[in-house]
Amino acid sequence: MSPFLLVAQREFLSRVRKKTFLLMTVLGPLFFGALVIVPPLLSSMSEEPEQRLLVVDHSFLLVGTDHIGNTLLDYLNPEEFSEEQAIEALHSKEPFDGLLYLPASQNGDPDFILRNVRLYSKNDVSMDAIRSIESTLEAMATEEKLKLRGVDPALVAQAQTQVAIKTLDFTENGTEESALGLKMAIGFGAGFFVYIFTFLYATQIMRGVIEEKTSRIVEVIVSSVKPTQLMLGKILGIASVGLLQFLVWVVLTALIVVGIAASGLLSPDAAELATNPAATGGLPSEISGTLSALNVPLLLSAFLFYFLGGYLLYGALFAAVGAAVDSETDTQQFMLPLTMPLVITFVVATQIVEDPNGPLAYWLSIIPFSSPIAMMMRLPFGVPWAELALSLTLLIAGFLFTTWLAGRIYRIGILSYGKKVTYSQLWKWIRMKP
Amino acid sequence: MSNVLEAQGLKKGYQNFTALKGLDLAIPEGAIYGLLGPNGAGKTTFLRMVNQIIEPDQGHLYFSGEEMTPAHARKIGYLPEERGLYKKMKVGEQALYLAQLKGMPAAEAKEKLKAWFIRWDLQSWWDKKVEELSKGQAQKIQFITTVIHEPKVLIFDEPFSGFDPVNATLIRDEMLRLHSEGATILLSTHRMESVEELCTHIALLNRGEKVLDGKIQDIRESHRSNTYRLVYRGEGPETFSIPEGVTASPKIADAKTGHHAVTFKASAPLSGALMAQLAPQCDPISFEEVLPSMNDIFIQTVQA
Repeated sequence: MSPFLLVAQREFLSRVRKKTFLLMTVLGPLFFGALVIVPPLLSSMSEEPEQRLLVVDHSFLLVGTDHIGNTLLDYLNPEEFSEEQAIEALHSKEPFDGLLYLPASQNGDPDFILRNVRLYSKNDVSMDAIRSIESTLEAMATEEKLKLRGVDPALVAQAQTQVAIKTLDFTENGTEESALGLKMAIGFGAGFFVYIFTFLYATQIMRGVIEEKTSRIVEVIVSSVKPTQLMLGKILGIASVGLLQFLVWVVLTALIVVGIAASGLLSPDAAELATNPAATGGLPSEISGTLSALNVPLLLSAFLFYFLGGYLLYGALFAAVGAAVDSETDTQQFMLPLTMPLVITFVVATQIVEDPNGPLAYWLSIIPFSSPIAMMMRLPFGVPWAELALSLTLLIAGFLFTTWLAGRIYRIGILSYGKKVTYSQLWKWIRMKP
Repeated sequence: MSNVLEAQGLKKGYQNFTALKGLDLAIPEGAIYGLLGPNGAGKTTFLRMVNQIIEPDQGHLYFSGEEMTPAHARKIGYLPEERGLYKKMKVGEQALYLAQLKGMPAAEAKEKLKAWFIRWDLQSWWDKKVEELSKGQAQKIQFITTVIHEPKVLIFDEPFSGFDPVNATLIRDEMLRLHSEGATILLSTHRMESVEELCTHIALLNRGEKVLDGKIQDIRESHRSNTYRLVYRGEGPETFSIPEGVTASPKIADAKTGHHAVTFKASAPLSGALMAQLAPQCDPISFEEVLPSMNDIFIQTVQA
């Protein structure tokens, strides 16, 4: 086996055999599964607790209503109880959480009643309960007002209209639903994964290089392997760990989510939410099944490419940082400017998915330092082939350049101990003959 | 004797200083070659060039007459001054990895390693992590992995630094054994006593230049200072009658034996005549020429 492959194999095996890898690989999907399942599960469970209110209704607006949502209403005779007497009654009667007081109307003006409704709360009355009481009262007052003007409320209800614009994309098969929400969700998700993976594994490269330096093994190794081969072997080995972990995660996450959904553990609503992640964003369920609007093979291969491209580009630079320093505490000064483009791209993610063809999204998806994240966010919305090709070409050129640059720093850095390295020194290293 | 390693006009400059200023060096096959010099003389730079870790700015390196290529790395074993092991890796696995990097097939490497581990009583550590090893054990592993592929040339940079006397002796004996089996050894060190004990040849570097090289005996001969030492029984005369131009040191008594010694310094080689003249004057035990030690030559040359 060539030394380069031996290095890659060692990097791969020494990581894959670690207990932490096994733990992360198993727990990762559980974590992601939980991320998808727990919120809908919680919302499906969070029913409002039942509350009981005493009601003194001088306005007779609520006549005949014995509950609003989960709040049960018990009426006191308005002719026997004034507001003060009702308050006393609330204190003497155990099971009630509060008192709802509606004054009598003046000149038949429903607005006067609504402005003066009071809720005395003994045990805290939930915001949800208050909100449903408010909206019920609003609806009743509106109805009253309409009746006062001689308008039939049923007529108004009929006249009310809701508009939901269906966006369509032109495709080879004519037009198809464009599923904007789903695209945004996928764009976000893919960008997020590229961001996390790049950071996670590029940092591992850096740590590995620092370990070789501090344990003083590196000079022994480079007497058998060229420094650039050692660096590339390390990058390749760790990339394989990343790909393996990602693959296991995808498969396990899918199994867990599907398994839970199929076992009927969730209410039908929650199950649908779980199997259709787009719906978790509160998107109408009509868009489920519109995956056909997306070019899935393109998305997947682009994800693989941009993950690898971004990882290689940053991985090489992180390796150079590892070679330049003596310990992890010294990495800060170099890490900040390196990670800036990644962080900034992630910070403006919302702008990118909201205007995927705007100048910000365009430039960020072309520049190799941000394109792995930005292009993944744009891709679900459709990107012209020429732009994609430009972005890919520049990314390849980008990582060839950073690998070359990092290689020049690396071969000198790994043999330099003790001195704190400055940027001007790095520049000299880059220009120096090995 | 042909040269196994040959350097011609090696130059190397770093940011602020020149590490090598056109170094020529020839290391004969079968030699134990000592590379001497103060810190910053360029020793490590030269060793790294031989191991192709760094490239010369100018000049050429030849291995057995061929221009050095990456393929030659497998014929060299290198124990650098800054040496270590992966702490988290298992001992056996790591040794196997390093052997494979030198081009050994896994099976062969394993077999040979096992033999070494048995010889040095390390078998029980094969499956343990490196961080569990004592410092001495780790040094043994480093030595084994340096020589395991039976290279033609063995290079040791300060091999005895950090070794306890027991391990230092063990390593020295192994070096001599490997040398007797045909390996050429290149040794960089500050320790003059190991140079005199081990080396057949030396080169003295100073500030990136070679100031002296050759067979150790030839060098000492060439640095002879016509100094002679006479040891005799009893008190002897207070002053000796000696040829003109020769100076004598005051006599020194050896408390244990009761013998005395006087050192004579001549301006030209004079041993026969001097001995003939001195012998009748006392009851001599020995008369010898005092050759300078490598330490003297080292200091003398570097300071000059």
